[in-house]
Amino acid sequence: MSKYLKPAALLTVGCLISAPALADDFGLGRPALPDEIAAWDLDVRPDGTGLPVGSGDALTGEAVFADKCASCHGDFAEGVGNWPKLAGGEDTLADPDPVKTVGSYWPYLSTTWDYINRSMPFGDAQSLEADEVYAITAYILYSNFLVDDDFVLSNETFLDVEMPNADGFIVDDRAETEYPHWTGEPCMQDCKGTVEITMRARVLDVTPQSEEEAATTAEPSETAPETAEQEVEQAVAEEAAAPDPELVAKGEKVFRKCKACHQVGDKAKNRVGPHLNGVVGRAAGSVDGFRYSSALETRAEEGLVWTPEELSAFLASPKSYMKGTKMSFNGLRKDADLEAINAYLATFGE
Amino acid sequence: MSKTSPGKPTSRRAFLRGAAATGLGAAAGAASANTSDPLITEVQPWASGLGDGVDVTPYGLPIEFESDVIRRNVEWLTADTISSVNFTPIHALDGTITPQGCAFERHHSGAIELRKEDYRLMINGLVDTPLVFSYADLERFPRENHVYFCECAANSGMEWAGAQLNGAQFTHGMIHNMEYTGVPLRTLLQEAGYDTAGKWVYVEGADASSNGRSIPMEKALDDVLVAFKANGEALRKEHGYPVRLVVPGWEGNMWIKWLRRIEVSDAPVESREETSKYTDVLEDGTARKWTWAMDAKSVITSPSPQSPITHGPGPLVITGLAWSGRGAITRVDVSTDGGKTWQTARLAKPGEKMALSRFYLDTEWDGSEMLLQARAMDDTGYVQPTKNQLREVRGLNSIYHNNGIQTWWVQTTGEAENVEVS
Repeated sequence: MSKYLKPAALLTVGCLISAPALADDFGLGRPALPDEIAAWDLDVRPDGTGLPVGSGDALTGEAVFADKCASCHGDFAEGVGNWPKLAGGEDTLADPDPVKTVGSYWPYLSTTWDYINRSMPFGDAQSLEADEVYAITAYILYSNFLVDDDFVLSNETFLDVEMPNADGFIVDDRAETEYPHWTGEPCMQDCKGTVEITMRARVLDVTPQSEEEAATTAEPSETAPETAEQEVEQAVAEEAAAPDPELVAKGEKVFRKCKACHQVGDKAKNRVGPHLNGVVGRAAGSVDGFRYSSALETRAEEGLVWTPEELSAFLASPKSYMKGTKMSFNGLRKDADLEAINAYLATFGE
Repeated sequence: MSKTSPGKPTSRRAFLRGAAATGLGAAAGAASANTSDPLITEVQPWASGLGDGVDVTPYGLPIEFESDVIRRNVEWLTADTISSVNFTPIHALDGTITPQGCAFERHHSGAIELRKEDYRLMINGLVDTPLVFSYADLERFPRENHVYFCECAANSGMEWAGAQLNGAQFTHGMIHNMEYTGVPLRTLLQEAGYDTAGKWVYVEGADASSNGRSIPMEKALDDVLVAFKANGEALRKEHGYPVRLVVPGWEGNMWIKWLRRIEVSDAPVESREETSKYTDVLEDGTARKWTWAMDAKSVITSPSPQSPITHGPGPLVITGLAWSGRGAITRVDVSTDGGKTWQTARLAKPGEKMALSRFYLDTEWDGSEMLLQARAMDDTGYVQPTKNQLREVRGLNSIYHNNGIQTWWVQTTGEAENVEVS
């Protein structure tokens, strides 16, 4: 035998390498049970397929929305900060910055119901009852002036709602409108006359810098003379808290999980959650201008104070500690994390 | 704490410090040295003492000197970091495979932790037998290996109205390219016995966002992969561990992470991610939907704003990436004068379908200003358009699918900036 394979043999080997032989049926997996399919197959189609029996009106929806949605989406579904606007924007789609909301843009009502049902509230998905989803959806329609406040949305009235932008979409037409024009041998020489710079990114200055650069950009603080008052303040602070720097640093890392909703430090403001300056030791529910859940307000009236122990108990499992809290956070599992975050938060005074 | 290597500053300030350290403008160091180099003539600690033993890092991370080669996000883009995106440091990488640890992340409800033991994949809808697979079941089907790029449809989306972010990482970094191991979706559909009346499959993830997309059956039966390994190892949590969908050439949002359900149906679901998002508003206010394929695109990764020229005139390697969601890259041209004249770059190897290609232009820099551009072509004959050509067809509000030609203005100092040209 030659030590080299014949071409035909090579070909066979090649086929074996690229394409594994396929049986029709491997007999793997197991049949899905009806209740398993019912638990996961929740999607709702534009024709209403998949909607459960249920109903809710816009006024009921307003209350549910205020409790569960408004901290991000605003009382009138107008959106808070960078969080999505759900209402408004009619007739803006051809403008320089179109406002794309449920009313102005979304072509199907089923999408709204389906998304709220499966994915909202943010951090507490799949916690809503079907009637609540109908009510919230009705309120969003009402906020967009698409229905009256006594409108009852149900699986039976669902298809009565007309979405303003239902006909606003076309299927991808790049194959006709773009590809033929941008195909073929491109220009290589003398392709244009003069070339001028028309816009520069540095003028906008919105590019993030690395940490090192940010540090060198900051005003040098060591040149500022330290006043006696500052020294005293610092000494008092150190004596009072005597924070363990390692623990505080660890707490700062743990706090990354909280930063999306809570701010601390000089410029801290209320965002999705209240600012946390001075939270350790303060009375619960006492930050001005923040609308707490009714669950938290009740506990505050009972005299709850955020001692390190209470904070730890809350943060370990927010929803079991305080049923009805707005805080969509699953909890810190490790005692070490709880200790660290207490130490970190304690470094921020009022 | 973090050490930035002198060659990779990200701003003018860092650039100047880096330039001082490397002696920018001086004639090349080693060739013209007239004093001997103590790094050579004196015994260095690393040549005398001992380094780390094995097992010091049972799973290794890059050496500390590379600690600036990391994913970065743009805080003002999104309301929080849970439903957000960050960017691959493409300006600092070479070759084509993206290491998982610095491959961009995009989550809608955060990166969840799902154990293989808790993993279930359901196929239901228009099938003979609705099935549930465990992770172990998936490993018993014949599997394949393929390299594909995954690009977010919003990559370069911030640049529709003009040059905005100063760095290839931020303008083009919502992309990664990995070698996937997985089972063809076709195999799983056959196992369940799909009904030929089913024209669509709806695929959905297990996280709280329930991100789901409708995919035409033709694509599902073609090259879609149910993947559980990337670059040889398990997927990272941020990329969908233990199982994600790979949809070659199509927008990243369809590459469902933590894949939990596949439903065969006769119509698309029209989910949030395929109506309110990932649809492209045109100038007159109508919007395109089902714009799944990512058109051919390229970018020069170095020199670029985060990777300036620090060595002065002389030999210069211009390099970058090119890709097409509709086939293989066949050619990349590079211009140094803003598109007046072009020369064809060298592809590191022949283009592969729906995978990144690396190109090089090995040239001499005379120290004068350059307006660098790259232009990709794929095997359909498509030529990457300019940003203005795109705007003429689509206006300024499309957000998604911006594959226009990028321009870097390289100045005489070697610094580079994101600009637009006439």
